[in-house]
Amino acid sequence: MGEAIVQLEDVWVSLDGVTVLEDISLTLYEREFVALIGPNGGGKTTLLRVILGLVKPFRGVVRVFGQSPEEGRRWIGYLPQYVSFDREFPITVLEVVLMGRYRGPFKPYGEEDLEAAMRALETVGMAEYSHRRIGHLSGGELQRVLIARALAREPRLLLLDEPMSNIDPEMRESLYRLLVELKERMAILLVSHDIAAVSTYVEKVVCLNRRISYYGSREEVLRGLGEAYRHEIELLERGYPWRCRR
Amino acid sequence: MMLPLFLRNALLASLLVSVASGVVGAYVVVKRIVSIGGGISHATFGGIGLGILLSLNPLLTAIPFSLASALAMAVITRRGKVSEDAAIGILWALGMALGVLFISLKRGYVPELSAYLFGSILTVPTHELQLMAILDLIILLVVILFFRELLNLCFDEEFSAVVGVPVELLYMALLCLISLSVVVLVRAVGVILTIALLSIPASISLRLIHSLRGMMILSTLLSLTLLLLGLALSYILDLPPGALTVLLSIGAFTLAYIRSR
Repeated sequence: MGEAIVQLEDVWVSLDGVTVLEDISLTLYEREFVALIGPNGGGKTTLLRVILGLVKPFRGVVRVFGQSPEEGRRWIGYLPQYVSFDREFPITVLEVVLMGRYRGPFKPYGEEDLEAAMRALETVGMAEYSHRRIGHLSGGELQRVLIARALAREPRLLLLDEPMSNIDPEMRESLYRLLVELKERMAILLVSHDIAAVSTYVEKVVCLNRRISYYGSREEVLRGLGEAYRHEIELLERGYPWRCRR
Repeated sequence: MMLPLFLRNALLASLLVSVASGVVGAYVVVKRIVSIGGGISHATFGGIGLGILLSLNPLLTAIPFSLASALAMAVITRRGKVSEDAAIGILWALGMALGVLFISLKRGYVPELSAYLFGSILTVPTHELQLMAILDLIILLVVILFFRELLNLCFDEEFSAVVGVPVELLYMALLCLISLSVVVLVRAVGVILTIALLSIPASISLRLIHSLRGMMILSTLLSLTLLLLGLALSYILDLPPGALTVLLSIGAFTLAYIRSR
């Protein structure tokens, strides 16, 4: 186990007066491949936003690379949830990836940034698309470009919010292979719904439903997980969300 | 050849108007804040009314009014619990109501009223041209200095925030750019129709061109062409140029839409 890169201690978060995360304590280590799973509304995206410093907990401590999230997030590459990006938006693939190199106002992108952006595009196999407009990409291609944007920061931690949604199964397979490759260089925290696929690739699983209900190695978690996770989902579908609290 | 002063000023005004409409319009369209633009431009009428009441140049009093309404719009929609939709409606109505009130407090005949409601590009005095040119320069300067930030903000706010773009501040700045452009545009088409010049030329260019810079240049050229055509038609038909420009713009948009389908 390497160095601890993200530490959450007793973190509580409320949004618009509703508590969405309770008593979260979690440590991520270098070069770990961790899946974050749980029902919709369970707080997965919020947890990522806490690590990124976009949401402030009302209680608890968050350290990212030993610093505050605002400081530490410069080592994080982030793939937001597939919000339907405006396909009409007049922006090229390279311009999107360069966003990942942003360092502040009056610091224009230099040669170095261009090279890093192209390297990131090569890593995801999209280099020859650099001057395409994003509107001309398929869902899977766009997702790769957005991963390249995260990689362009040369991160030590990659936060991926449901990278596999809106992607056809073939593309999904190759994206997982890409992540397994990337894992050699950085830690990955992956939000997913797809337990079956996740369990083949990741090392650790965190099951989040407002609280962390399971956390451990894949094998350890999988034993009880299938049962429990399905149970929680069923309850949610039947409209008894309050019964999942514990 | 010497042009008559009113015509020379109308041509220069068209040029200045087209820069503001092309550059700021591109942001309004790609960020999808056309209705916010509509709200700000109508709210600006309050400032114009204030100018008329105080016997000051209405464009000058419109600037702080318009900026205040942009900031209010940004704060209410981002921080408060009021929906963007409702905030637009409220500020829109507030500005118009204040404008009407101010003007009714002014004793005597108010000659310029329709010039500010519907535009009057044929009567722009030279000192207003200077004001419009200064506002254009401010707009261009902000856009050139913060081009990457504004592009990032419009494309993906969440990611921009993570890489350290001051998203909230920049959004306010963007709405302030809309305010300044509204003041530039008022003389051409009036507060009621400014939104046409902020949305239509940019919407046409979005169908034809694939970069934000390109969109800004093409929208500016389109605006200028439409304004000049509007002027020419108004001379031939003896009808108001502002309204004609708007109708021509909508005609051009329809053509572009049909062709690019």
